[in-house]
Amino acid sequence: MIVIRDLTKKYENLIAVNHLSLEIKKGEFFGLLGPNGAGKTTLVRMLSTLTGPTSGSIMMDDVHMDRNKTQIKSKIGVVPQHMNLEWEMTAKQNLELHGKLFGMKKEYMQERIHKLLNYIDLCDRKDDQVKTFSGGMKRKLMIARALLHNPDVLLMDEPTVGLDASVRRKLWDLMKGLNKDGMTVILTTHYIEEAQVLCNRVGFMDSGKLIELDTPDRLIEKFGQFVLECFDEGETKTFFFEDRESALEKAASISSSVNIRPSNLEDTFIMLTNRKMGD
Amino acid sequence: MLFKNKFWSITTGLMIAPMLYLIAFGWGIGNSMTIDGMSYISFVIPGIIAMSTMTISFGTVANGINISRTYDKTFEEFMTAPINMVSYTIGKIIASALRGMYSAALIISLSLLFRGNVNIDIYFIFIIILNCLVFSALGFMIGMIIDSHADMSKFSNFIITPMSFLCGTFFPLDKMPFLIKDVIWILPLTQTSIALRRNSELFLNPWIHPLILVLYFVILLIIGIKLCTKAE
Repeated sequence: MIVIRDLTKKYENLIAVNHLSLEIKKGEFFGLLGPNGAGKTTLVRMLSTLTGPTSGSIMMDDVHMDRNKTQIKSKIGVVPQHMNLEWEMTAKQNLELHGKLFGMKKEYMQERIHKLLNYIDLCDRKDDQVKTFSGGMKRKLMIARALLHNPDVLLMDEPTVGLDASVRRKLWDLMKGLNKDGMTVILTTHYIEEAQVLCNRVGFMDSGKLIELDTPDRLIEKFGQFVLECFDEGETKTFFFEDRESALEKAASISSSVNIRPSNLEDTFIMLTNRKMGD
Repeated sequence: MLFKNKFWSITTGLMIAPMLYLIAFGWGIGNSMTIDGMSYISFVIPGIIAMSTMTISFGTVANGINISRTYDKTFEEFMTAPINMVSYTIGKIIASALRGMYSAALIISLSLLFRGNVNIDIYFIFIIILNCLVFSALGFMIGMIIDSHADMSKFSNFIITPMSFLCGTFFPLDKMPFLIKDVIWILPLTQTSIALRRNSELFLNPWIHPLILVLYFVILLIIGIKLCTKAE
């Protein structure tokens, strides 16, 4: 279990994370959503020990992160946003480097490398340099690398950014499989659909604070099950309703074209923050 | 792993510049000129070794760390691993110093072709090792401080390149004006050039010059370790 208490991170005049408290259960698939500059990446960087907090604490399985960094590092796997593989090494060499950094015994490391390369369908490319790989292959290799030492927690910072839809779906299957096997996964993403499909619980961040925290279904229900969208006076207006009939009733009174659909997490987020993701 | 992957390109790359210096000063000036009682080629080879090992040891780690931190972010892979940052610092410095020593071995092999008369003994090798360690430690420190590749080039242009030419590598230090000589004398590359030759009046005793190099190394190593442990 991860317990975050009153966590704050300040950079000169900017408060990137602002007195945030959160508990993530063991085996949970937890999603962090928020616009650019919300503080998601800063929070993930603190969880992965890349940066220390200004104040507050993070505990992982009752172990204080500040005082036991080496112990915590051995329990977490990190898939950062940047593709930080060694381009001139092969896929296998990248994994071997990681294994050596984590002090893995040679035979066990080779066994895990073989298993993971099979898992991500890169076995036939294991001796090819990473610079020859496509974006999706590199992402899969980064996930395999983060899993090599069998961590308890997997931190993924926008793992599917820049990938096309089909590759993204394949990575979703990979991530679902990992969580099904009991791994705690913490994911930050700009893709609301990704959080809706994968996560047990979602936290919305904005301006360094956690503004909402619940399961995707309950967050969607918060404002209504159905959405009516119409374009009026130069802007898209959105109305929420508990059922389709109420939405249709409203639609009858609107002269411009309307769209009625089930509500989703993005609608919830727009209502919460009053702006679109990616602004 | 990277050294094995790129063995031939690294080896040939390390030989190009020293080869050009040896051709220019060996065939070009070579035996037609004498300095301190020896042929110019015999005088300049230790300077070329000192300069090349400095450049390679510094550049390998400085550029590597700088790119790793600022461009491809592979530095974060090491920061999230359960390794001691002190071990990481020492490992990087030694790896780069070994690259410098490898270049020294190549230059010494090449110098045999140019019939340079260089006295290579344990002391000579010891000084080369110290030189490589000093500039590797300097490279690590600079790689951790500078945040852009453009600024890395500026540091090389303002510090490394002038040192290459002024620290007794191509001509004796006593040719320099009085005050400048004193300032340059204290620089690490000068200590290396003097110690490798051992025949000039500037060579004080066998222990002063390595001691100064060790002092430089220890100070730069401590700064490098502090920078690495505080890196975010």
